[in-house]
Amino acid sequence: MKELLILAVVTFFTLLTYYLVEPFAHSQMHKHVESEGFAYKDIPAITKKGDATRGADLVAANCTGCHGIQKAGMPAPMDPVTSAQSFGVNPPDLSNAGSVFAPKFIASLIKNPAKTLMVEHKFDPAKGKVHPMSAYAAYDANGNVDKEQTDQDTADMVAYLQSIAPKQEELTPVMAFETACGRCHAIHYEYMKDGKLHPAWTQIGEKPSFKKKQDELAFEQKVLDYQDALKKYMGTLPPDLSMYIRSRGEHYIKTFVENPQNYLKGTAMPRVGVTAESADKVIEHLEDVGDSKRHERETVGRYVMIYIIIFAIFAILWKKEVWRDLH
Amino acid sequence: MKNSSRRGFMGKAFGAVAGVGAVASLYAMKRTWDPLPSVKAAGFTTLDMSAYKENELVTEKWRGKPIFVLKQTADMVAKAKKNPKDMDRLIKIGDAYFMVCLGLCTHLGCIPGYNPDEEGFLCACHGGQYDFTGLVTKAPPPRGLDIPPFKIDGNKLVLGEEGPEYKKMLETGVTLKA
Amino acid sequence: MAHFTKATSLHDWLNQRLAIDTLRRVLATEYWIPKNINFLWAMGMILAITFGLLLVSGIFLLMYYQPNVNLAFDSVNYTIMQEVGYGWLWRHIHGVAASVVFLIIYIHMFTGIYYGSYKNGREMIWISGMLLFVAFSAEAFSGYMLPWGQMSYWAGMVITNLFSGGSLHADGLVEWIRGDYVPGQAFLNRFFMLHVLLIPLAILALIGLHFGSLRIPHVNNQDGEEIDFDAEAKKYLAGDKAGSKVIRFANDFLAKDMMVVGIFLILFFYLVFYHYDFAMDPVNFDPANGLKTPAHIYPEWYFLWSYEILRPFSTDVGLIAFAFAQVIFFLLPFLDRSPNAVPASRRGLFKVWFWALLIDMIILTAMGKVPPEGMFSTIGLYAALTFIGLWIVLPIITKFERKV
Repeated sequence: MKELLILAVVTFFTLLTYYLVEPFAHSQMHKHVESEGFAYKDIPAITKKGDATRGADLVAANCTGCHGIQKAGMPAPMDPVTSAQSFGVNPPDLSNAGSVFAPKFIASLIKNPAKTLMVEHKFDPAKGKVHPMSAYAAYDANGNVDKEQTDQDTADMVAYLQSIAPKQEELTPVMAFETACGRCHAIHYEYMKDGKLHPAWTQIGEKPSFKKKQDELAFEQKVLDYQDALKKYMGTLPPDLSMYIRSRGEHYIKTFVENPQNYLKGTAMPRVGVTAESADKVIEHLEDVGDSKRHERETVGRYVMIYIIIFAIFAILWKKEVWRDLH
Repeated sequence: MKNSSRRGFMGKAFGAVAGVGAVASLYAMKRTWDPLPSVKAAGFTTLDMSAYKENELVTEKWRGKPIFVLKQTADMVAKAKKNPKDMDRLIKIGDAYFMVCLGLCTHLGCIPGYNPDEEGFLCACHGGQYDFTGLVTKAPPPRGLDIPPFKIDGNKLVLGEEGPEYKKMLETGVTLKA
Repeated sequence: MAHFTKATSLHDWLNQRLAIDTLRRVLATEYWIPKNINFLWAMGMILAITFGLLLVSGIFLLMYYQPNVNLAFDSVNYTIMQEVGYGWLWRHIHGVAASVVFLIIYIHMFTGIYYGSYKNGREMIWISGMLLFVAFSAEAFSGYMLPWGQMSYWAGMVITNLFSGGSLHADGLVEWIRGDYVPGQAFLNRFFMLHVLLIPLAILALIGLHFGSLRIPHVNNQDGEEIDFDAEAKKYLAGDKAGSKVIRFANDFLAKDMMVVGIFLILFFYLVFYHYDFAMDPVNFDPANGLKTPAHIYPEWYFLWSYEILRPFSTDVGLIAFAFAQVIFFLLPFLDRSPNAVPASRRGLFKVWFWALLIDMIILTAMGKVPPEGMFSTIGLYAALTFIGLWIVLPIITKFERKV
């Protein structure tokens, strides 16, 4: 009947406008990047079988000069602010690295940091800029790089890091975030999880609560000093991620973290090297912080939809009753 | 025009369904006014009881209200032991005794001043007085200074949580629920 | 002093003092509406409901929003969205309703244009409606500033820059509007005042005018038929409800309205819970940064057609075209020279004009969103020229329209 035709016309033009303004326009403004599922196809797989005991010695000898390993009772050689001011960046604690990052990524990073992290455009030895982390290599008796031995050593080091790292079930979203992102990105929102209010995150750790104003100001000064060093190293201060889950969305964040050069060519942000599971956990943490009411929204949404359909049915029935003798 | 009782039914039924929606909306509105989680989380204050000096009144803060903490001298404890009303008000932590009260006069809510020489509180607003355990000694306040909910945790006192000692004070009428 | 008798009931007591029976007759049970209408006639009620949703959700947002440049963003995205009980619900309802209300406004407007409900005595209904459109536009713009996100800031920057008047270089005027050199605290606070108090008052007054302007001409009908409302009302009251050409507002029209409202609310709440990005643009979830312009700035969808008329031309020409676009709809009753108040389908060339205008405005809307490059800016230019051309041509084609 006539009204159905009118409804069809109105619906058609509405959907047409929606399509042009949303999906179409956004496809023109933002290119779509496909995810490689954190496969890191450019990085070769680890070919050697890693020995964790041997790896422990190698890590202690080659890494702990700059990196702390809380799990193994080895504190960082310097506090975060001094580290950042000396190296430009604060070398991360390695306790969780074995679960958060892809094993072959870690191995590749030890052998060639700038290439693996995709920051060669920034750290070009020919231009006199070297990555603050020195590459590891094993040498033979003649002083040449022994590739087989290097591969074996790095496999051992990765095996050690995996042995001390938390298992997947123990790796919480916030742990994944702090390990993968927390050295550079702050989250100034507190968040409720499991009935507890969790504090804000700064690049030098969770923000404590202070009784005395002087203590609070001293902490904030440390954060600002760290951020200044970080800004100098990165060229700009990495953004606060509190609302990134809603301003960027899961797909963008995942494909960005997989390879920052995808979206921001020439960016100083390194490829992070997280596993697919860790990426999911980081996303979950960002949702906990920026979209914490999503579960309630879904639950309430279901009830409201059921209610409003019942409402509409009763409205239709009332209309039929009133109009019975009007037609 | 008279409507038969079968007619007008759908109208009332629809009205009832709409009413359910209105009530649900009112519930959501009520919840919007509830104190926020950050406010409720700030509703607990932990005091380190080892930091206080005898007969030196310290004013802490709990839920935005002043809290008087007065560490008792040996003299005060001896006096209090002679008066059960006084003794019941004190909190024992380790070997020391403490008065921990809301620093608000129970008359009309002014903050009384403490005189360490006289070991007593005087409220400037209407002249009410309390002794060193917060017990009222001169009208017009109707009762002693209120005691906040507290829980003893080793050498610390957590205000906002109800420990067994606090519950006993409520039951025996030493204090009203703050 | 009027004569009062002892009341026989509460109803009688109120009736003697407030004439509630007369009010009920005049506003509801004997407010006669034509029967020959379709669901498009319910758009007015849908607008009232949507405005109500905006008002109520706005009231609850107002309880926690902080109009301070350092606090605004977090007061919305942390406090309201994540701390306040059901705060996220009020915000989602408010944002989605603000967008959907314009969809309904446009449907309502184009219904009026199609059925000729702006002429032959109904001019004030049309004009008060257009004033409502302007008021709602101002309300939407001022509201969008409040979250103080990137889009809030840069939309504020760009739109206030328009007031420099191109070659007029009225920078002083722009600074006065902002209360500062750039959008800052003064700007945010005054738009907060406008959004929360002044414009809602204006809207309420205009709604009163809009409803009042309906009473003498009466609501139009699908065939543009001139109905003798007194005669048809008599028929109805005598018992011939099926034969009468009119119905009561309450409960006849109301029941049909509520049916459309029910279906509308299904769509509305679906959007509120499951599909809201179109109404809460991701760019605005970045806090305002005066030192970093987003890669793409665009207004909300309902302003895009207007924005696109501004863009393709040089500064001064664009501003003149933009001003023309804002004002021209008001003149519709006077530019339409034909005496026919019938549906467009029966009005020859006007039918073509109607669909051309609708499609042109959709094209302008689409082009207003995409970057003004290449093919898009060309299409936008032609669509803008078509818009202006259509309005110039309107008096001509309607003057020669055959009388129906």
